[in-house]
Amino acid sequence: MKVHVNKKKLGKAWMHIRKAAVESALFFPVLLVCIPVFLLLTGSFMARDELREGLGPVFTGMGDYIRWKLVPDYPTFENYKKILLETPQFFVLFWNSVKMTGCILAGQLLIGVPAAWAFAVYRFRMGKALFTLYVVLMLLPFQVMMLSNYLVLDRLHLMNTQWAVIGPAVFSTFPVFICYGGFKQIPAAMLESARMDGAGEFFVFLRIGLPLGKGGILSAMTLGFLEYWNLMEQPLAFLESKELWPLSLYLPEISWQQAGYAFAASVITLIPPVFVFLMGQDYLEQGIVYAGLKG
Amino acid sequence: MKRGIRRKWAGCCFLLPSFLGVLLFVVLPFADVARRSFMTAVTKEAAGMKNYKMIFTNSAFLLAARNTLRFTLVCIPLMVALGLVIALAMGGIRHMQMVKSLYLFPLALPTAAVAVVWKMVFYEKGFLNKYLEQLGMGGGMDYIGGDAAFYVLAGTYIWKNLGYTIVLWLAGIMGVNGDMMEAARVDGAGRLQRFWYVLLPNLKGSLYIIVVISFLNSFKIYREAYLVAGAYPHDSIYMLQHLFNNWFVNLDLDKMAAAAVVCTMFFLVFILLLQGLWDSGG
Repeated sequence: MKVHVNKKKLGKAWMHIRKAAVESALFFPVLLVCIPVFLLLTGSFMARDELREGLGPVFTGMGDYIRWKLVPDYPTFENYKKILLETPQFFVLFWNSVKMTGCILAGQLLIGVPAAWAFAVYRFRMGKALFTLYVVLMLLPFQVMMLSNYLVLDRLHLMNTQWAVIGPAVFSTFPVFICYGGFKQIPAAMLESARMDGAGEFFVFLRIGLPLGKGGILSAMTLGFLEYWNLMEQPLAFLESKELWPLSLYLPEISWQQAGYAFAASVITLIPPVFVFLMGQDYLEQGIVYAGLKG
Repeated sequence: MKRGIRRKWAGCCFLLPSFLGVLLFVVLPFADVARRSFMTAVTKEAAGMKNYKMIFTNSAFLLAARNTLRFTLVCIPLMVALGLVIALAMGGIRHMQMVKSLYLFPLALPTAAVAVVWKMVFYEKGFLNKYLEQLGMGGGMDYIGGDAAFYVLAGTYIWKNLGYTIVLWLAGIMGVNGDMMEAARVDGAGRLQRFWYVLLPNLKGSLYIIVVISFLNSFKIYREAYLVAGAYPHDSIYMLQHLFNNWFVNLDLDKMAAAAVVCTMFFLVFILLLQGLWDSGG
């Protein structure tokens, strides 16, 4: 009997140990997430000479390995000062990013969301086939569609304007897919009873669809923001003048001799998406989940 | 009756702007590309299948197609399996919300910022070699300019998208009927049996969507590859995305048209197959 009790206790202890092990194993990515952010942050406060000395080997291939101090020898705000006060170009590009991302998301709200509503609520003759087409289009990588995008943009004389980036993105079918999942969750009986009470179709969309499909819509917007803030392929292909570029293309242009500047710019670029991520995280998850529900 | 017609009209009105845009920006120009794929680029004479023959004998295309396929075949199964294992381990631990956020966080890091850090870590004189040498486990490898580049890229893809996959799996697991699992347990099914015979068959729908989303995201890895290794990286990570981009820059429009048609067909078949599997089993 006594042995039995001990065994039970032992088993319990073992379970605790195992649980703790699993938990700590799951926390391993903390490192993989924190180290990059940490490197960027410390780098942004380092003085020019210190960075040159520490990073030199990496970029010239000469000398010993990279050297990095956990705390900079002479912490300085010089890099931020230079970016924020002495580089008007940075603001132009930051503003470009904000403008393009904003226009794309606004366009998707106006065009993609109603389309998702149509797919979720109404029945069409070719509805199912059309939706499959939307899914296929969502999956095609940009590079495959690059030529056809170029042809139409060229014909519309939109090349080398920011509309060349905004236009096609507004009609992206990805937000339609995500919002569709959210709308599909609304019980049909609810819509029907609203109609019985004499509500028009548009009113139903505005007063029932939008509030109840909010999760899907916000998640499409969050995912969209993270995507379009990082925009690279489209502006690289369609925008020739560098003053039209978004921030995401500017960073890689900075040479390593100005590393401190690049670090500070990275940190500033990082702030909006991290902010959006923290704000929209619950919706983000919801939307990812909606995408997985069978409609 | 009147109501039904009005409803139909309303549905069309909601869909129309999006549909017209898709038509204008995607479908019609793609038809034009398909037409061009049978013509020479400059003189626009009929070329028959010449462009198609050209790309299938083009060594760059074959290399890029092989690399892309290899990347997909290595990364997607790995991602799907790893995501499932972590999602299963995560069920019921403390701080689950926080752990989930941590896994999702790389999604929010701008690519350009990631590229800076990657150079510091993976270049020949970077952190990885430094610490490996200190531990006496080699060093002096060039991770970006050598064969290892493929694995660096695969790792980056997993690092960036694992959180997404985990959240999808968690949702799928929550969706499985708890009573069914409980009934299996009462009937004496062991842990492994319950997983294999009850949980897994019920996750088929999730599997479809996870494969599709992983596929979609696997093409976006081009951004990291491009920023870290440039337009002409090491052969092991020269993907279709690089090739299309370089064709575009060099104005090889006839090859591009033919390759775009081939790739689109390939995707179409792939998706219809997946969807068929999903519909039959989901």
